[in-house]
Amino acid sequence: MASKQPRRLAIESKGLSLWYGDFQALFDVDLKIREGKITSLIGPSGCGKSTFLRSINRINERHSYVRTEGTVEVFGEDVMGEDVELVQVRRQVGMVFQRPNALPISIADNVMFGYELHTAAKPSRFERDNLIEESLKRVLLWDQVKDRLGDVATSLSLEEQQKLCIARLLPLKPSVLLMDEPCSALDPKATAAVEDLIWELRGEYSILIVTHNMAQARRASDECIFMLMGKVIEHTKTEDMFLTPENQATADYIEGRYG
Amino acid sequence: MSSSFSTTDLNVRNQRNERLFKLLFGLITATLILPVVIIIGTLIVKSEGTLTWAFFTEDPTNGMTEGGIFPALVGTLWLVAVALIASVPLGVAAAIYLSEYAKDNWLTRLINLAIINLAGVPSIVHALFGVGAFVLFFNFGTSILAASLTMAVMTLPVVIVSTRESLQAVPQSFREACWSMGATRWQTIWRIVLPNSISGILTGVILEVSRTVGETAPIMFTGAAFFLPFLPSSVFDQTMAMSLHLYVISTQVPHVPEGLPYGVALTLILIVMVLNSVSIAFRTYLRGKKKW
Ligand SMILES: Nc1ncnc2c1ncn2[C@@H]1O[C@H](COP(=O)(O)OP(=O)(O)O)[C@@H](O)[C@H]1O
Ligand SMILES: [Mg+2]
Repeated sequence: MASKQPRRLAIESKGLSLWYGDFQALFDVDLKIREGKITSLIGPSGCGKSTFLRSINRINERHSYVRTEGTVEVFGEDVMGEDVELVQVRRQVGMVFQRPNALPISIADNVMFGYELHTAAKPSRFERDNLIEESLKRVLLWDQVKDRLGDVATSLSLEEQQKLCIARLLPLKPSVLLMDEPCSALDPKATAAVEDLIWELRGEYSILIVTHNMAQARRASDECIFMLMGKVIEHTKTEDMFLTPENQATADYIEGRYG
Repeated sequence: MSSSFSTTDLNVRNQRNERLFKLLFGLITATLILPVVIIIGTLIVKSEGTLTWAFFTEDPTNGMTEGGIFPALVGTLWLVAVALIASVPLGVAAAIYLSEYAKDNWLTRLINLAIINLAGVPSIVHALFGVGAFVLFFNFGTSILAASLTMAVMTLPVVIVSTRESLQAVPQSFREACWSMGATRWQTIWRIVLPNSISGILTGVILEVSRTVGETAPIMFTGAAFFLPFLPSSVFDQTMAMSLHLYVISTQVPHVPEGLPYGVALTLILIVMVLNSVSIAFRTYLRGKKKW
């Protein structure tokens, strides 16, 4: 989607509030996530980062006790609108989870899984091989796995699995990638590798990434959002947030004075 | 002076307790295994000479005091097979619904409660239900169909519970991965959940079979015959069955040679043991292949 006009909004939430039963997890969240940028979302545990992410691809909905108010738009279209096909939302909004969750099928099938869900005709051998190679190259995994594409993906290292989890989104040509602490299960070296990869994808994809790692947020994002207890406290350019935070709570958090 | 590593009185007392409890629990375990060993040992000794090829392939003769158990063996196979055909698809479907589709609300909880209670209903009550429902109301008569359906109803909760447990053993993160890429529930179930739980489901089914083989009460009034030295030709026929045959020759028929009931009992236990071993071997094999 690199050819799109810049300066459009990849994600825009307006007055988004969310309740788990009686517990309100999000309060009137207004956020604008810019196209082609990496935006990091930081804040202490339990402040609603995952909840916000999960409202964008509506994966929260499987709990019958979840209730939302307000709207979320992805490239100007309301994801909760009346005639919205949920499956199409999820096709266009890819998600990477905290724990790598490569599926217990072959590496090749993992890459093709999403694509095949959304394609009526079986791809030709040639198309299939191409897609797999392209996607795995894009996440810098091709060289390690090209000789064992038939192996079960869960036998890969966590780093490789997490890269695969990103690779399998690419054939769907998602417009937005949501990443919920994608490196928190990885060791420092793997973290650096996956971070590099995310930085690689910048520009081509609009990425919203939750992280607990201040250094990561600082290094690897264009904009930064700080949340606290279900509310957005501050949203600025990353360098500004880390140099001159406007809010005292933000300053406390990024200096490690919070849990 | 003692060194800082030498034994204290407290250590001595703790070690004595340690030995005591180990011995105690060991002895209790041994007494639990003992009855099983005695039962099987007695059966083997007392059935001496009865388990011949002819025993398995011939009809009972001379008022069931001689001959073999062929019709009962075949009848039991019929009963178990038809019961499985009825209970497995229904039970697996219900388990899939409960595990993968049902929301956690009062209705689901009520259904779960009903299933647990159904599992606790005594088999003789199931037998009476079977008579009322299948023999009389649906008018199947006393037949393999009625008897098998009765057993199916009886084992349904077991199938549902074991299947649901196998489904739940598939990590939730796999489902989330599928859903987040836009897979429907069914696509998720078909492509990921079922292939990774089928081993557990089958193990449960085999255990169910081994239980069904030995059941007597639910087939006694619904389709199993005392003496019927013909093979059934359809599910609407009555049939002999191993479990009932054992009951009959041990309590209802005079002048049965002593070895005969023991032979039948040993055969029953062997069938169950073979099935259980298959189930365990299967589980071990698949656990070795576990992919996460
Ligand atoms: N499925 C759920 N049911 C009920 N409460 C939840 C659920 N998921 C999260 N919460 C609550 O919502 C709040 C925000 O959680 P979450 O979005 O996971 O926080 P974060 O990702 O920032 O750590 C927490 O207080 C958490 O306990
Ligand atoms: Mg979280």
